[in-house]
Amino acid sequence: MDGIHDLGGKHGFGSVQREQDEPVFHARWEAKMFAIMRSSGLAGAWYSADRFRHLVERIDPIAYLDDGYYGRWLGGVETGLIEAGILHQAEIQQRYVDLGGEPSVRVAARPVDHPDPMGDLPAGRGSQRSVAAPLFKIGDAVVTSTDVKPGHTRLPAYARGKTGQVVQCHAGWVYPDTSAHGKGEQPQNLYTVEFSGQTLWGESSETMSLCLDLFEPYLFATNTSASNLSTSNLSATKVEKNEAPAI
Amino acid sequence: MSHDHDHDHEPPTPQALRTEAIESLLLEKGLIEPTAVDEVIALYSERVGPMNGAKIVAKAWRDPEFKARLLADGTKAIEEFDLEGGQVEKLVVLENTPEQHNVVVCTLCSCYPWAVLGLPPKWYKDPAYRSRIVREPRKLLAEMGADLPPSVAIRVWDSSAEVRYMVLPMPPAEVAGQVATMAEAELTALISRDAMIGVELL
Repeated sequence: MDGIHDLGGKHGFGSVQREQDEPVFHARWEAKMFAIMRSSGLAGAWYSADRFRHLVERIDPIAYLDDGYYGRWLGGVETGLIEAGILHQAEIQQRYVDLGGEPSVRVAARPVDHPDPMGDLPAGRGSQRSVAAPLFKIGDAVVTSTDVKPGHTRLPAYARGKTGQVVQCHAGWVYPDTSAHGKGEQPQNLYTVEFSGQTLWGESSETMSLCLDLFEPYLFATNTSASNLSTSNLSATKVEKNEAPAI
Repeated sequence: MSHDHDHDHEPPTPQALRTEAIESLLLEKGLIEPTAVDEVIALYSERVGPMNGAKIVAKAWRDPEFKARLLADGTKAIEEFDLEGGQVEKLVVLENTPEQHNVVVCTLCSCYPWAVLGLPPKWYKDPAYRSRIVREPRKLLAEMGADLPPSVAIRVWDSSAEVRYMVLPMPPAEVAGQVATMAEAELTALISRDAMIGVELL
């Protein structure tokens, strides 16, 4: 989806504000939200991190930018609890008003009347799963998909339709694009793909390269050489050192 | 914990009140343990944090054999540290060298290797860092105090799946020749969270 969460490459957000001696939680409600997020997942509001991430992506876009990290979680958790039928939005709103909350304040949650099916429980621990042999190998040039669907995906907008080079193969992982929507785990091969700055941002780009972890359905073979990566000092031998044993 | 003490004089925000509303409803339904919040605070304030990543880095600096294992398979190499906190189903450790600097981000949400670095700082989750580090890393790193010479290649790692990344920084130049003989505590004192994300040079 072309959501507000997909922030890579956007202009206009200004300088990075670092806090000195930042606390782990800035207020107790942030820790509460952390605990609520964990408990809500266990209570069946979602079965996968993918579905939770998509709940957060679907919150009110103004709230996404305005409410901070735990405010985004609040919007996602509330949406998930309502869509799973665990709580009703009216009872949350009533309790919030009873606690002294201002009723007209913007609510981040955006529950829909007919949410995606919950789907099956995870087929195992974690997200690594067995899959067929990978289509691509280290060194292959690949081009990324430009097919934008309205749902969850982990191909950022800035990397659509770009040519890069496979620098790592990570075997099979749960596919977020289906897992988030109750359509099953449909595990896919995962690759680290490296792109040059010029490929992503044009001729005036800084000298840089960028690595993304991309699922096989996002990728297509291409005859286009990834030789423009040479400006990034790509060193395949170094990356190969990180190769994990087959899972 | 004293988290609320500095905020006692401020009215609760709408987010705080709404969170309390949801918590109270879940408590009534028995869907959250009354101790869950304090457990989260204890876990991520006391047991899980960048001190764990610093121990891993210190060991890698002191022990070339461990460093080789850490770079070859981070997940397996850190098993001996018996870490908790989650989010490291697969850990890849990225070595900074005089030729190559690595920096980590998650542009789509805020993925971060909790078990080794703790919960991420606010700036890591904010739009400014997530939008800019993938597009102008050299400029942003310089703004953040990590001014790299043009001869150093920059590689940005956008954590778009469940693989988690941690940077193995270079030791400060003053101690680079003697890390093998320094005590772990001396070394961990030199290692910052921000260096393990890749936005600080030691």
